[in-house]
Amino acid sequence: MGTGTFWGVSLFVAIALLVLTRGLIANEYFFFAGYVVLQYIVLATAWNILGGYTGYTNFGVGAFFAVGAYSSVVLHKLTSVPVPVMILVGGLISGILGFGMGYLTLRLKGVFFAIATLALAIVAQTLIVNWDYVGGSRGIYVIRPQQAPLLGSYVQYLYSLMLVLAWAAVAIARTIERSRLGLGFNAIRDDEAAAEAGGVPTLRLKLIATSLSGALMGMSGAPLPYYVTYLDPASSFNLSYAVNSVAMPLIGGMTSWIGPVIGAVLLGTIQQLATVTISSALNLLIVGLLLIAFVIIAPNGIVGLVQARRRARLR
Amino acid sequence: MPALLEVGGLGKRFGGFVALEGIDLAVDTGERLGLIGPNGSGKSTLVNCLCGALHHDSGTIAFDGRTIDGLPAYQRTRLGLARSFQLPKPFRSLSLVDNLRVPSLYTGNARPGERCLALLDDVGLADKAARLPRDLTQVEMRKLELARAVASAPRLLFADETMAGLSPSEVEEILAVLVRLNEQGITIVLIEHIMRAVMSFSTRLVVLVAGQKIADGPPQEAIRNPEVERAYLGE
Repeated sequence: MGTGTFWGVSLFVAIALLVLTRGLIANEYFFFAGYVVLQYIVLATAWNILGGYTGYTNFGVGAFFAVGAYSSVVLHKLTSVPVPVMILVGGLISGILGFGMGYLTLRLKGVFFAIATLALAIVAQTLIVNWDYVGGSRGIYVIRPQQAPLLGSYVQYLYSLMLVLAWAAVAIARTIERSRLGLGFNAIRDDEAAAEAGGVPTLRLKLIATSLSGALMGMSGAPLPYYVTYLDPASSFNLSYAVNSVAMPLIGGMTSWIGPVIGAVLLGTIQQLATVTISSALNLLIVGLLLIAFVIIAPNGIVGLVQARRRARLR
Repeated sequence: MPALLEVGGLGKRFGGFVALEGIDLAVDTGERLGLIGPNGSGKSTLVNCLCGALHHDSGTIAFDGRTIDGLPAYQRTRLGLARSFQLPKPFRSLSLVDNLRVPSLYTGNARPGERCLALLDDVGLADKAARLPRDLTQVEMRKLELARAVASAPRLLFADETMAGLSPSEVEEILAVLVRLNEQGITIVLIEHIMRAVMSFSTRLVVLVAGQKIADGPPQEAIRNPEVERAYLGE
């Protein structure tokens, strides 16, 4: 797909989704569930910028997500800024956290880096649990504004914001993929010493990847307080955010921007369906089974399957 | 005219182990320098210190009249100091041409696409430009490693054991590539165990033993040095 085609098609899809769903679907639940799927597109895409392109596994997704959410709680208590501003502030703060995480890569690689990110999430959660201003371990109620700034209900408004964010995240990921930056990320993933010897400023690139990935995760978490209206550390720091954000690119394919999107839509939708039809406890079991199946059948994800088939046909 | 690379009193230790001690070395523009020494004599450590993969503990390194102590590896590459790795380290998920595009783009090359293809053609890999490194044979892997180092447009190239484990005819192939690169104006330091290759390639020979330079001069003289004989053949 050419760059012009991508921008055209993706903008069309985003606008069509926005207009059609809001115009045709009256059921409020659709937007409630759609928000979650879109949120996972952002999270999976953000994770993949660091995990898929650059090769550093981040299990601390919950920390970045929750820091975005809690920064909105603080803003909500202090001021009355609109949600898009909250998204920007949440992104900024999580981006700074990501920048800090980037310095971990100086000393830690591979599985050790992954463990450190898990520790980062626990430290962040402990801080929030002990911060009374944002509700501590009790959690906090966040009252939504009476009226949505756009037509329709407040959930529809949040859904629209998340749709724009998802589009932006995917557009960023794809732009990186085709750029010098993306090539440098891939070089770091394949061999960091060789990348450095090839003139790639590895530390700077890793800091860009961790900051950008963290910022997007924080942005996806920023509207959460208004979406759930009750926020507590146990659910906002939930490990399932990390598990899903890792599983979605793995299932979809980590080498291309479309992989996390496919994974998030597939897994996110299955989870929403299972939650309504069977039970919400079943979610992680589904993720686990799908992960096992994909690691065995298609280790490079759905995108990998398609690429392999295409390559076989060319020969 | 000052030397292209000027190393003075270079020292490196790992804990209590002295890997390099008081190394003085000057490499002139256009030279073909052979660097030999028994296993563990510090050849690779020296390359790592000069290229910035390791930080030396004492002494100074100057490249093209400019002190480069403390500069990170990527900046040294941008100045024109390239290396190939002893064990080839290709970017496994990237096609051959993309393997070359990485250093080409990051050292600010103007038209990376054409240049990378031309470079692959130089080492006889043009027909595999779109393939992945895993499709290559061992000797092709070494050529890719060299081509990638050259893609950063270096003035000085360290070729670290590029021929280890190759057959005699393959050694000749790699030597031909290196001679051609030298004729194009790249100064080359060849680190090698295969004496026949080193002797036919080098215009000067430096011998390292136990982290110290014990000989430096024309190849035939250097290997007749009694200290060198003792290091290689014993008392």
